[in-house]
Amino acid sequence: MMNSQNGNGDPVDKSVPGPVMSEIVLVGLNHKTAPVELREKLAFSTEETENALKLFRKDPHINEAMIISTCNRMEVLMVTKNQSLAIETISSFISKTTSISQKQLKPSTYIFSGEQAIQHVFRVASSLNSMMIGEPQILGQVKEAFKTAVNKKNTGLILNRLMHKAFSVAKRVRSETGIGGHAVSISFAAVELAKKIFDTLDDKTILLVGAGEMAELAVEHLIRNTSSKKLLVANRTLSVGIELADRYNGHAIRLEEIPEKLKTVDIIISSTGSPNYVITKNHVKPTMRSRKNRPLFFIDIAVPRDIDPAINRISNAYVYDIDDLQGVINENIDTRNVESIKAERIVDESVIKFTDWYKSIDVIPTIIDLRKKLNTIVDMELSKTMQTLQHLSRSDRVAFERMTESLIKKILHDPTLFLKNPGSHRNKSVYLDFTRKLFNLDS
Amino acid sequence: MTSILFIIILLYLLSSAGYIIFLFAQKELYHQMSYRIMMAGFAVHTALIGYEFFRIGYLPAQNLHQTLMFTGWSLAGVFLLLKYKYRLNILGVYAAPLATAIMIAAFCVPAVAVSPTPLFKSIWLILHIIIIFIAEASLSLACGTGILYLIQEHAIKTKTNRFFLKRLPSLEFLDRTGSAFIVTGFTMLTIGLITGFVYAQLAWGKFWSWDNKEIWSVITWLIYAALLHGRLVAGWRGRRAAIMAIIGFAALLFTFFGVNFLLEGHHDEFTKW
Repeated sequence: MMNSQNGNGDPVDKSVPGPVMSEIVLVGLNHKTAPVELREKLAFSTEETENALKLFRKDPHINEAMIISTCNRMEVLMVTKNQSLAIETISSFISKTTSISQKQLKPSTYIFSGEQAIQHVFRVASSLNSMMIGEPQILGQVKEAFKTAVNKKNTGLILNRLMHKAFSVAKRVRSETGIGGHAVSISFAAVELAKKIFDTLDDKTILLVGAGEMAELAVEHLIRNTSSKKLLVANRTLSVGIELADRYNGHAIRLEEIPEKLKTVDIIISSTGSPNYVITKNHVKPTMRSRKNRPLFFIDIAVPRDIDPAINRISNAYVYDIDDLQGVINENIDTRNVESIKAERIVDESVIKFTDWYKSIDVIPTIIDLRKKLNTIVDMELSKTMQTLQHLSRSDRVAFERMTESLIKKILHDPTLFLKNPGSHRNKSVYLDFTRKLFNLDS
Repeated sequence: MTSILFIIILLYLLSSAGYIIFLFAQKELYHQMSYRIMMAGFAVHTALIGYEFFRIGYLPAQNLHQTLMFTGWSLAGVFLLLKYKYRLNILGVYAAPLATAIMIAAFCVPAVAVSPTPLFKSIWLILHIIIIFIAEASLSLACGTGILYLIQEHAIKTKTNRFFLKRLPSLEFLDRTGSAFIVTGFTMLTIGLITGFVYAQLAWGKFWSWDNKEIWSVITWLIYAALLHGRLVAGWRGRRAAIMAIIGFAALLFTFFGVNFLLEGHHDEFTKW
């Protein structure tokens, strides 16, 4: 990882035992490793996130941390010097708050460190790791997660820099590749499926439960694909529902009216933040008779889920949750491969750049760079001076060189000791970064 | 004769292969070609039956060989017609192999001599046979559509079988088309039974003689009547309608063959071999 030799071939001073270099570590699970049943239990509320951050800040092994918790992933990104102890803290906190045993969590959990962790974060922010590759929401969610961690003072130099880099990578991926445009969205998959249930969507009534961004996307796609003009919006806050319904010439209803409306609607798209099922089997079963068994299609894009999966067992009722839709989406992935390759290249480039910087803010490379800088200055000044002092003997010249060398050593002695052990490990990277700036080592 | 029958089988077989390729490859061209080959087979088939009809002077559906020939012919004809009307291309995967199988069975069954009676020439008998066979072909297609419905429904419910999900049309379409086949079949069955009763009146002097064939025909008719009634009144759609269509067709098959082989009745001759 580190060069033991500097550019001039001088051996690096390893006699002073420095603390172990801290590492960027990411631990978490996502839609690829964990089923929706597990993910919905892990979806942290704002309060839970803040509690976790508070705890992590107190933990001596965690220097910096942030939590990305969306409906498809739950990840903790941190800077730590003791990976195993830090992960221990995190997983015990998670199993305490969610009452999922660590044993249950383990098989779905992935741990990345160093370059791999950096790459993962960049890919997540760029929506390359999303369930729907290229979906636009994830960047906002990551920004929000970062903001929360910043506000709670959980981040430091490294995460700040990493996340800002991640945002700029995401921006580049968006603007330089067609990934966003090709985004095969949940809504697309939902429409495809609806067409396998219904012969035509033109005369169907759509009920939107919850006014989330995702649901709106799905509705927009459905409406664009059909001439259906019948839309109902049920939302906890009626005014929000009315606003959304107005936009699509629909009607707003109250959540309590849903069971009654199930008699007339055909497609239900649900994405509320409710922790419990909004529509259960008991709501649907009695309505099938009065519907004369006309099919009912439930699209559940909420995590935790809104629609009781047991409804899928009722004749002529079909329930697809976000995982099921993923199966439909996977079919279309090939078409976007070229754009993905481009995006991955952008990510990889940025990972290399960031890793270079990250390695540089370690103690030894900084000391090496510092010494190199002084050596260059001394060599230059010495050769200038020597040109005017041609009369000096060879042994005089050697004495001069020895003197400058020991000057450099003496000057660097205290800074080196300080950088190797600045007292607080939390601030070490700050001092290193400061040193690099002070001596302009990165130009 | 045998060589012409062989040509028919070959054409139906080619059409079946084309439809099966269509199922996998999903290219318009394959089902269009299969449809045309089936049409060619049907034309030869029609010519053969027409030739027989004029040669012997009565409808050739008096022994098992002829009956099977006639069954295959009506199935192919009704499929060609209904597919044209309802555009359910994928149904060829069911209809073409079925027609082929029936024709191979006909090929294997020896033609036993029939002693014709003047009654064979009755227009009522001819109408009765033709209409009943059309009804049976329609109802067998309804059964096939029901099977497709169940496959597609299973694919959507279990969320695993992407193969059929992609290839089969929407549930609503299958349901509606299956229902249309049943309406066609049921109407024909009703007319066929009426012509049968008229023929019975002319032949034996009574409409109804509590014959097994008659009883089972009415049972089958009642099943389909119940299915249509349930659909209109109680909304028996989708899965239930598909299962009913399959049960109805099973009852129909029993009336058609089972009664002759297992029970006794006055339609015995036409499955003689």
